[in-house]
Amino acid sequence: MPTNSPTSVELMAAVQEFLRAQLLPRLTGSDKYHLQVSLNALAILAREFAMAGALDDAEQARLHTLLGASGTLEEANRALCARIRERQLTYRNDGLMNHLWQTAIGKMSIDNPRYATYVDAIEG
Amino acid sequence: MSEGQFPEQLQAAVQRHFGPCAAVAELKALSGGASAETWQFDVMNADARLPLILQRTAGAQQFEASHDRALQGRIQAAAFEGGVPVARVEFIFEDRDGLGNGYVMRRVEGETLGTRILKLPELAQARSEMTKQCGIILARIHALDPASLPPLPIRSAAESLEVIRGIYRRSGAQLPVFELALQWLEDHLPPVAANAVVHGDFRLGNLIVGPDGIRAVLDWEMTHIGDPIEDFGWISVPSWRFGRLDNEVGGFGKLADLAEHYRTFGGRALDMKRVKFWQVLGSLKWGLVCLFFASQYLHGDVRVIERAVIGRRTSETEMDLLSLIREK
Repeated sequence: MPTNSPTSVELMAAVQEFLRAQLLPRLTGSDKYHLQVSLNALAILAREFAMAGALDDAEQARLHTLLGASGTLEEANRALCARIRERQLTYRNDGLMNHLWQTAIGKMSIDNPRYATYVDAIEG
Repeated sequence: MSEGQFPEQLQAAVQRHFGPCAAVAELKALSGGASAETWQFDVMNADARLPLILQRTAGAQQFEASHDRALQGRIQAAAFEGGVPVARVEFIFEDRDGLGNGYVMRRVEGETLGTRILKLPELAQARSEMTKQCGIILARIHALDPASLPPLPIRSAAESLEVIRGIYRRSGAQLPVFELALQWLEDHLPPVAANAVVHGDFRLGNLIVGPDGIRAVLDWEMTHIGDPIEDFGWISVPSWRFGRLDNEVGGFGKLADLAEHYRTFGGRALDMKRVKFWQVLGSLKWGLVCLFFASQYLHGDVRVIERAVIGRRTSETEMDLLSLIREK
């Protein structure tokens, strides 16, 4: 069912704007801190809305190449965990390391694109 | 132990310890962790004012088994005798105090938040001294005679790895990077070390810093007997560098400098491979703590938004683990 206007992205942006511009300046102490934490959570969600689809598709394609099997993203990750646990894949495998690194970069671009290790990785 | 009686019971305990004229003043609750209760107060005795901190256990679920407050107080008191800068322990609660499991120590003024310690202009001089001070402090902690402390658990690198593996397996999480870190740790398990007293949670956040540098080492709840290099690994876990990755030691110092100071003040030469093992184990441990905090919100009763959101910091440790494992 298609939704009416605003889109989820626009609706999220409106909530963020209200909380940041109107509510935040009126709070102090732990209320202010917890609203800042909540705004951080909403920013994660906004990035997830925008990017998760493409990142998941890319991850699934890499997993398919790596494992030679299909399935949902969750199933593929469970299978990957088992392969690593059973040492069929190790940290000496470049294909595995490249996949995990790309996946980690994708997660960080959603969770915390200001994290120093991530900033170094994409700038360096 | 009813809350209403707490101030009266504290007053009675203070008089037993400091004498009949001692009086509790300015008692106030400090925001503590979910597992602890922390209060600050002063004791007035004649014209003297003694600033104090009280810590007692509130009994929430913990990530790992840790010492109760009374035991922590006894370890902290022994560390004080051994020349480690800690808040001096005044008294540990007894049953007759009715105050639960806890202790009272001197209140040491200063900053504990990592980001502020690394940024505040008035702490610039302190930052330049802290690497050397850490070398001295760690040398002293690791030189403590275990016989001078209460009996402590012994935990080797292999045992620590098993504890972490168990916590991960029981969490039910399926994270390929964590599986990989466990695999790497198995392959890089260092030879059994000469045992020493290990602080176990030595990092920014547990150090009180003033303009003169480190004034006190806090949080002796994970102290154990084991590989002293664990403390070097933990303070240099990337998450504890607060964005200043080049300064491996807490974001303020270089590991090579810390190693040199440690040696100058009686410590052994630092084996950097061993440090790296503990960095990887530490990074994995912090990642699991992030998951644990989120589960306290999702499946427990800690209704604090921060606990839920911190789960998303797990990915920071995934990236750090891969960086550590990839570097030669």
